[in-house]
Amino acid sequence: MPRWLRHTLLTVVPVIAAAALLPLGYSNQLLLFNFVVFLTLAQGVNVIYGFTGYLPFGYVGFFGAGAYGFSLCVLHLHMAPLAALGVGAAAAILLGLLLTPLLRLSGAYFAIANLAASLAVYQVVSNPNLENITKGPYGISLSGVFNPTLAYSVAVLILAATLGLAVYLRNSRFGLSLQAIREDAISASMAGIDVVRSRTLAWLLSALVAGLSGGVFAWYVSVFYPETVFSPEFSIFAIVFALFGGVATVTGPILGVIILYGIYNAIGISTPQYFQLLYGLLIMGLVLFLPNGLVSLFKRWGIDVP
Amino acid sequence: MSPEPQDKAAPQALLRVVRLEKRFGGFSALDGVSFHVQPGEILGLVGPNGSGKTTCINVITGLHKPDGGALLYQGRAIGGMASHRLVHLGINRTFQVPKPFLTLTVRENVEVAAAYGRRGSEAFDMQALLASLELDRDADRPAAELNSVQQKMLDLARALATKPKLLCVDELAAGLNPAELDRVAERLRELARAGMALLVVEHLMGFIDHVTDRVIVLNAGKEIFEGELAAAIEDRQVVEVFLGSEHGA
Repeated sequence: MPRWLRHTLLTVVPVIAAAALLPLGYSNQLLLFNFVVFLTLAQGVNVIYGFTGYLPFGYVGFFGAGAYGFSLCVLHLHMAPLAALGVGAAAAILLGLLLTPLLRLSGAYFAIANLAASLAVYQVVSNPNLENITKGPYGISLSGVFNPTLAYSVAVLILAATLGLAVYLRNSRFGLSLQAIREDAISASMAGIDVVRSRTLAWLLSALVAGLSGGVFAWYVSVFYPETVFSPEFSIFAIVFALFGGVATVTGPILGVIILYGIYNAIGISTPQYFQLLYGLLIMGLVLFLPNGLVSLFKRWGIDVP
Repeated sequence: MSPEPQDKAAPQALLRVVRLEKRFGGFSALDGVSFHVQPGEILGLVGPNGSGKTTCINVITGLHKPDGGALLYQGRAIGGMASHRLVHLGINRTFQVPKPFLTLTVRENVEVAAAYGRRGSEAFDMQALLASLELDRDADRPAAELNSVQQKMLDLARALATKPKLLCVDELAAGLNPAELDRVAERLRELARAGMALLVVEHLMGFIDHVTDRVIVLNAGKEIFEGELAAAIEDRQVVEVFLGSEHGA
């Protein structure tokens, strides 16, 4: 069996089957939807951070761009949701293109610049003077296209495509070239890799993932404020989940979301003090003993983790 | 810039460096250096620290853009071209401090270079390449677990996987024991015999003497001598640059 097929069967298939079947027997669909969104975003972070080495602290900028691209098309142009989703994705990619000069930075400098960029986009969108276009700080209401069942199905499809992308990167020459760039950009160029082109492609792919995710989020919730879809929590959660599980694998971010977001939902809202204690301990333990994430444990045992 | 005046000596030169200049702020690292390399030749680049040897390789391999002069490779001006394009044209290098992809396995390090660095689809024998540099037993270990000599060999393997016509070797010999030095020297000579041009920067004169056909001595960004190493050590100016003026007088 080819490696990519084994990886697909072990990761994409069970996750998508669970996401598709769980709503039949479990009534809290919003919770499932949020899981789907974070599973997608964590893989998006995986593409640009795990494989390519850029830590996107302002990753939510793409999510918000997708949400607003979607919403404005529905509000002003009365587009069908699926078409508007395409525009949301295009908005995120456009923002990604605008931010490509940031890729000249590395490490913490890139992370800070990316965070600043996402805050700038948030400030523009929530500017009261743009009320006619973006509704400013007063938020968006899309009651006309409200259809959570369909939106959920589309979100699952987006997750499937994103997991497929992660499996591709894990098993392809292109994924290997991104990891080479992450390890040493100069050596990568001496291996014949067009570093600027490859890292830009990875950046735009991760922007696309977040843009689609943001668009479908706007569709699903239908009523939201700019601070909802530009909340730094999206960036931080997606990064922490991906890192906790282990990046540059398909399994790592999935495990991270299921475990950490699971704990968050189990006790994070009812007893936030214990949640934060447990969270802090888990993350400290991981940084100290498994800095490369949970899956590095399996690698240590010589198991090829998808 | 017209290359003709330099041509008489080397009609079939693979690479011609013509009055190449590189400045860092007010400092001229390369101040009009000229030389050529022919296919199948091992040219040594020697000179005291700071004389511009590594800068020269960095400019040839596209890490720095030249500030003046010309680089002609197979008759084509390549000065300022992006590194990956130079790799595709057949120019590669090793680094003074090896720069492997640390978390990737030895095999993946070479695989990615073979996949992206080669134009055309001739068969590539990974096993033979790894074996020739004694990396085959560690093929599935991450590069981070190799010792520094093995990392140097991996750097060389990464470069060779792209099938270069011109290979720049930046202080490969430093830190190798005598037996390893002999093996590396033999390996470099084999590559030259197969038609590859090599530009070897090195401080170990024994090694230079052992592998090179000809040396260029650099001082302060200019070439001050060109010829065999044996003649270089008789040259008054070369001795002065390395040992001080009282020895040269």
